[in-house]
Amino acid sequence: MDEMIREKIKQVKKGDQSSFEDIVIYFQNRIYQHCYRMLGNAHEAEDVAQEAFIRAYTNIDSFDNRRKFSTWLYRIATNLTIDRIRKRKPDYFLDAEMKGTDGLDMYTRLPSQDRSPGEEVEGLELQRFIHQEIAELPPKYRSIIMLRYLEEFSLKEISDILNIPLGTVKTRIHRGREALRKKLRHV
Amino acid sequence: MDCNREYAQLMHQYLDGDLNQREEAILRLHLEGCEVCQKHFHELKRTLTFIQSTEHISVPESLSSKVMQNLPTEKKQVKYKRWFKAHPVLTAAAIFFVLMIGSVFSSWSQDSQLVVSKQENLVIEGDTVIVPEGITVPGDLLVKNGDLMVKGTIEGDVTIVNGELLEDGNMLDEESFTASVGEVNGEFNHVDQFFEWIWYTFKNLFKGIFTF
Ligand SMILES: [Zn+2]
Repeated sequence: MDEMIREKIKQVKKGDQSSFEDIVIYFQNRIYQHCYRMLGNAHEAEDVAQEAFIRAYTNIDSFDNRRKFSTWLYRIATNLTIDRIRKRKPDYFLDAEMKGTDGLDMYTRLPSQDRSPGEEVEGLELQRFIHQEIAELPPKYRSIIMLRYLEEFSLKEISDILNIPLGTVKTRIHRGREALRKKLRHV
Repeated sequence: MDCNREYAQLMHQYLDGDLNQREEAILRLHLEGCEVCQKHFHELKRTLTFIQSTEHISVPESLSSKVMQNLPTEKKQVKYKRWFKAHPVLTAAAIFFVLMIGSVFSSWSQDSQLVVSKQENLVIEGDTVIVPEGITVPGDLLVKNGDLMVKGTIEGDVTIVNGELLEDGNMLDEESFTASVGEVNGEFNHVDQFFEWIWYTFKNLFKGIFTF
């Protein structure tokens, strides 16, 4: 499959727009879901996913064919979602970070008000609840948790996508897991 | 509580596949004996199962077509540039061809006036060029937009463009040309159509190139 994508990219670089459509179709599910999970709503997700593909197209010449295309595409998409989240930050109370705590403590201190511990949440409702909890993680933890457990990238690939050192990826994934554990332990 | 902090670190390293066999054995041994850490580890694993069970989100069907519609079109220029870069020889040939066609067109449509290559002793009557009896034209002769009547001799090639070869006011066909009153010792070219004119121009051009 990688070979197929590589070939398509060559065609796009030569100026064949229609080959790009195959790339979009191949990646659209994953990229859209990634954006959706990062942003938490369908409208923005579609917007940003679209933008990510267009950016990929206009910058295709700067893509190095020896690298993995999915990593490159995810980086574009992730950067766009983080930009989007930053822009709405003022009225997005949950994204506020406290100095020196790397943003996590404030979260874990927030009580999960609407449900009492041990309450039975099943099926779709449970899934929504979990989704909601992931969505409330600060973006820098959320992106890593999602890339690792929902999109199944290796930690090394995640460090490529986010352009941060592997050690930082590990620190953040530890903290992200701990934060979610505390949120989900009573489910 | 202190043990928990230390072993939690090991748990995360384990989850990232960063523990060697010895460290893994140490963690396992501790979990067997420590209820707090056991619970912590269990919660972590359960959390990961939860994360991976989140709802599937389906992509809006129109996404790919919207992307394709919104791709910049100025990219087409880049496309040509790329093509030219990738095919330098064909590009040179294409440019050459365009210039060539241009010059052929302009030489064809320059004017419809009678043009005769410069030779002495020719007689011109209206649109007809006459090589009088007893006169010998030493080189090639080109007649454009006019007829030619040969009574004397032409040593070189004859080319008539957009005109006819006449004999005393009568049309003469090319087969019987050699039997005409006058004499042409060179090649005879009769060009009457545009494409023939292009061909003629090219032929001369290449002759020119190869004689160089
Ligand atoms: Zn312990």
